[in-house]
Amino acid sequence: MLYMSVFVLVPLAAVVAKSVSSGLGTLWDSIDNTLAIRAIVITMTASLIVAAIGAIMGTLVAWVLVRDQFRGKRVINALIDLPFALPTIVAGLTLIALYGPGSPVGIHLAYTRAAVIVALLFVTLPFVVRSVQPVLLELDQEVEEAAASLGASNLTTFRRVILPVLKPAIFSGAALAFARSIGEFGSLALIAGKVQIASIVIYADIESGSEQSAAALSVVLMLVALIVLLILRWIGARVGH
Amino acid sequence: MVISRRTTLSLRTIALVYLTLLLLLPVAVVFWRTFEHGFGTAWSFMTTPAAVSALWLTILLALIAVPLNTIFGVGAAMVLVRGKAPRAGKAILDSLIDLPFVVSPVIIGLALILVYGQGGWFGDVFTNHGIRIIYAVPGMAIATVFVSLPFVVREVVPVLREVGDEQEQAAATLGASSWQTFWRVTLPTIRWGVAYGVVLTTARALGEIGAVLVVSSNVAGSTLTLPLLIFQRDEQVGGQVSTSVYAAATELAVLSIVVLLLMTMFGSRTKEAR
Repeated sequence: MLYMSVFVLVPLAAVVAKSVSSGLGTLWDSIDNTLAIRAIVITMTASLIVAAIGAIMGTLVAWVLVRDQFRGKRVINALIDLPFALPTIVAGLTLIALYGPGSPVGIHLAYTRAAVIVALLFVTLPFVVRSVQPVLLELDQEVEEAAASLGASNLTTFRRVILPVLKPAIFSGAALAFARSIGEFGSLALIAGKVQIASIVIYADIESGSEQSAAALSVVLMLVALIVLLILRWIGARVGH
Repeated sequence: MVISRRTTLSLRTIALVYLTLLLLLPVAVVFWRTFEHGFGTAWSFMTTPAAVSALWLTILLALIAVPLNTIFGVGAAMVLVRGKAPRAGKAILDSLIDLPFVVSPVIIGLALILVYGQGGWFGDVFTNHGIRIIYAVPGMAIATVFVSLPFVVREVVPVLREVGDEQEQAAATLGASSWQTFWRVTLPTIRWGVAYGVVLTTARALGEIGAVLVVSSNVAGSTLTLPLLIFQRDEQVGGQVSTSVYAAATELAVLSIVVLLLMTMFGSRTKEAR
């Protein structure tokens, strides 16, 4: 507990304290400027889009990795962890290298919102894949065969038999991806450009010495993230039953 | 369920194209850009005094954070799974441990400044003794510890739950002290979980930028890690990403690919052990 306090709890308490240090009124004033609100809206929207795309593509990738057989599958499987191993700043840089100025494929995404989404999809890729994969592996294929023998089409079997079992795993993976996206800095530092992502606005505030407004935005960001996560977890628990 | 060849192939194609566009191609382009003006140019950017000192500082921070978080991680996991603390207490500790995952690294950096920086809660205590924490290496070390704290706990807890405590109880009945039981029985059974947690901690420690950037003074040769060096070089060239930036990135990427290989190795071992 002492270890946690020194490294984690006391510092976070200090942020909360700083944000209200000149009274709740000032906290509200720092939030009540368009820049801070915009930053929070942009960050939340981007994170939700990333969680949604990640849930669909992650489930698809997990399906292919579990049910399909092809040469090189093991290599692909190992590559899924690459975003966790690769430092996030390198992740951002790789996307600039491919989709930025002087792009070898002629696509210019860098410094736009689309680039932010792509960078976040990159760093959060493993979450859904790695949470759905083990569930798919354990899934009893006899149930699917039973459904098929009763005349269900593949799509019906997937929707009515497989998806309900996968849903909790998809949701928890997507929630992790969402949480990660909200706070992500490293991969966006180079690529975000003028897109006002919350973590970048906070960094700019710290650099310019306005710790008070950085702390205020931090606290609100953490609160909104917490609320959205609780809602996601609640939906996740409901669809799980 | 019989899936037609066409569906299988199209799903496979979608998955592979997605992974290629998102992962493989971008990483390949960075390597290509690094060496496009020849190996010598890239090597000279990797061996400038600033780059060499950044490499060592990156490794030093990992060497501080990894052992600390490993000891804490195994201890906390033991408390969470085997400890006799009340359930509510454990639940609180359990969710607090995840905080570093959900709080933005930039906010973590800000938090450290507010506590250990000048005019911070404990900042003046250290400053009066002539110790600089923020904008110096100690602060960067604390930031690294913070962001990589949960990994070992999260890997060890499920393994401990899975193996149960029957063997430990057997050891205790045979007269082993709790210390002996831990070293001789518990630790050997959870070793692959610990190893995987250590690898994840290392990966995060090597690559951390947000929290470390905020508490570093960003002086080349003394308080730059490799990720910070990439960031600084990118700013210097004004976004016109050049070989200097790519070279540092490749250097860091090679370090982390070693980590990825270890990850794959230990990851499959932990799954077999379960």
